Amino acid sequence: MTWFQEWIEFLNVNLPLIVDLTVEHVALVGLAILVAILIGVPLGIYLTTNEYLASTILQAASIMMTIPSIALFGVMIPLLSIINKGIGFVPAFIALVLYSQLPIIRNTYTAIKNVDPGVRDAAIGLGMKTVQRLFRVEIPNAMPVIMAGIRTAVVMNIGIGVIAAFIGAGGLGVMIVQGIVRTDQYLIVTGSIAVSLLAIIADVLLGSVQKWLTPKGLETNS
Amino acid sequence: MITFDHVTKIYEGDVKAVDDVAFTVEKGDICVLLGPSGCGKTTLLRMVNRLESITEGEIRINGKSNRDLDTIELRRSIGYVIQSNGLFPNMTIEENVTVVPSLLGWDRKKKRERYHTLMELVGLDPAEYRKRYPHELSGGQQQRVGVARALAADPPVMLMDEPFGALDPITRERLQDEFIQIQREVKKTILFVSHDIDEAIKMGNKIVLMRDGKIMQHDTPSEILVHPKNEFVSRFVGKDRAIKNLSLHTVEDLQKEIGLGDINETIQDTKTVNIHQDLRNTLSTLMNQEAEQVIVTDDHGEKLGTVTIDHVQRYLHLEIREKAPVSTEG
Repeated sequence: MTWFQEWIEFLNVNLPLIVDLTVEHVALVGLAILVAILIGVPLGIYLTTNEYLASTILQAASIMMTIPSIALFGVMIPLLSIINKGIGFVPAFIALVLYSQLPIIRNTYTAIKNVDPGVRDAAIGLGMKTVQRLFRVEIPNAMPVIMAGIRTAVVMNIGIGVIAAFIGAGGLGVMIVQGIVRTDQYLIVTGSIAVSLLAIIADVLLGSVQKWLTPKGLETNS
Repeated sequence: MITFDHVTKIYEGDVKAVDDVAFTVEKGDICVLLGPSGCGKTTLLRMVNRLESITEGEIRINGKSNRDLDTIELRRSIGYVIQSNGLFPNMTIEENVTVVPSLLGWDRKKKRERYHTLMELVGLDPAEYRKRYPHELSGGQQQRVGVARALAADPPVMLMDEPFGALDPITRERLQDEFIQIQREVKKTILFVSHDIDEAIKMGNKIVLMRDGKIMQHDTPSEILVHPKNEFVSRFVGKDRAIKNLSLHTVEDLQKEIGLGDINETIQDTKTVNIHQDLRNTLSTLMNQEAEQVIVTDDHGEKLGTVTIDHVQRYLHLEIREKAPVSTEG
């Protein structure tokens, strides 16, 4: 049997495992992104009204990004051990939420800031309340850039989620980690391809969501 | 209708943007706030719908101080047009035009009817533009939509901040003319910011000429042209103020004062002007020597007589030198 045929055989046998791990991976990343959006988008919008806090928080989020993920997991083990959650889903989830903050907050902040001042002035001058202005004018016009930030965060998190296998959070990283430990090429290749495919599919799907959420009037090629 | 009662605006660092301004805009008038950049005209305008706060004094609309009204309600009851048009890019033209009615909770049928009326008023086809978006329209069309949007809830007062300032000269002139027509129908009380003396003369019943936050002169266009109160006003109005003044008079005024010349039937090369045409444009026709004889006609095309450069000159002399003597400078 050739290498390729053996690999196909491997896939056949391990399909249930691959599916399980993919579901774990998607659940971890999906939940983390959901929470990250719920924190990051409102925070980004709020920061447009508070210049001082904006520079501080954006700086903090940037520093967050420079910490290697493996180090962050390492730091969280002793901290979360206090509540007996040193390893597993919780630290991985927290790390992914933290890593997502920079692209989401920064894109939301920039997008809202960049709404044409004339458009904002007209919204206020015609008598929109702050919430009306936000939901009828500013957020719709900022939507493409906010969505771009979310896409970046999702693709990034699918990658970082692999490392989470080291602290027992499950997911497709498990295959890669075990493959390295057992020097099993099939495990490594399968895990890597699965992660890449997941990232590509997520990006394409989010691309269509982005298109769907973008107001028609903003499509310049129409 | 709108009374500015010793209004002052002081920004942080003691900068007086508006300094003790007091005047009244009568109902149905277009009052042009005129002046160079940084003279405080836009700040003054924005204080009316409280986009800027008032440091001292008060602004009364129909006798009520605008401070006593709810800010949101106040703004919804005042039409607002800005230079960059400020149309909402995410909304269709119909949604843009009916944005204030939507905020006020009008039902769909009423909004649809209002949209039709307004688009016809500003000269755009309601059906053609309903589902279009602002970026698909030309600058002039966008500004028409901006005017329609400001008129949507039929506000008695309109604030217009250089509404035609970003348009090319030909489009600007057309929109000015059309807006004068619209104003004849809707009769709003309008505050209109401009830095262009020609626009101010054309659009305004009254002009408030400002410098450094202070009023230099508050008068009718012809008074400002004929009787500039000080050196600044006469410099701002320009050396050609006599010619500018001609745009306030029509051939009919000239006919009443000094009469028209006789028609020489033997001259073939003639051109006609309408009796209601302003004298400035008539003078241009004469100076360009577009024809050997310029014949004045009434609205039915009846020939009334001829006009020459000499007529205009005599009229100018009579109107400006004798009826309203000015100092010789400028």
